[in-house]
Amino acid sequence: MTEFTPIASTVGGALIGLSAVLLMAWEGRIAGISGIASRLLPPYADSAFLSRLGFILGLVAAPMIYLLVTGNEVLQTVSLNLPLMAAAGLLVGFGSAHGSGCTSGHGVCGLSRLSIRSLAATITFMATAFATVFIVRHVLGA
Amino acid sequence: MSFVVNLALGLLFGLGLVVSGMSDPAKVLNFLDLFGTWDPSLAFVMGGAVVTAFIGYRLVFKRQKPLAAASFQLPAKKEVDRPLLLGSAIFGIGWGLGGFCPGPALTAATLGAAGTYAFLPAMFVGMWLARILASKRAAAAA
Repeated sequence: MTEFTPIASTVGGALIGLSAVLLMAWEGRIAGISGIASRLLPPYADSAFLSRLGFILGLVAAPMIYLLVTGNEVLQTVSLNLPLMAAAGLLVGFGSAHGSGCTSGHGVCGLSRLSIRSLAATITFMATAFATVFIVRHVLGA
Repeated sequence: MSFVVNLALGLLFGLGLVVSGMSDPAKVLNFLDLFGTWDPSLAFVMGGAVVTAFIGYRLVFKRQKPLAAASFQLPAKKEVDRPLLLGSAIFGIGWGLGGFCPGPALTAATLGAAGTYAFLPAMFVGMWLARILASKRAAAAA
């Protein structure tokens, strides 16, 4: 069980949306994490490498800053099944790069721009994610 | 300058993930478990983010160009194609297996969970494979 947190989740979501809006206002780019992270790898098509590196380092630093500001550690439960997590990482990395976006690029930025491609992508990854969890938890019983 | 702005925006995005609870894969997996321990929080994160970005983008797009770039760089493709759907389907499976999409996985980098260190390198390998595939296809089409 995890606690249902409608207020914290809405506020956190608004911060994510604000970050996306400010990135668009600053340098006109979509705040899609898979796009930003995958373009840290070659081949390089533009000169925005340092910008992307900065964004990713900011993401990575967030829990430490949160701890400094609030005094609260960020708690999480991550599966200890390492082969499963490696397979999940491979699928997430390949799929999000091949499909031109993830939860942020398609789900947040794309839906906000009323993009049909992002709507199709979001429906697709939500459907396979729901199906995967259903199979893992209720068919295989893991 | 862009590096520092991006660092701040990445931090804001990451704090959004932490505050919303999305840095915890258990919370994401419980959202995806409709027929089990369902936690609707993720829908509120998406709601907060999309409403904020929908309004914010409209204000930003009233300008001719971004503050620090010559033009807005929005995805040019409009049609729903095979890579979009196939990639998104694969991404969703990986997301359902591990509970991590790219943003929360990167935010978890300093939190010390073993599963994260299995996931992250594999994610970058997957992204790299997708980029190689895309550049081969572009070369073949040229």
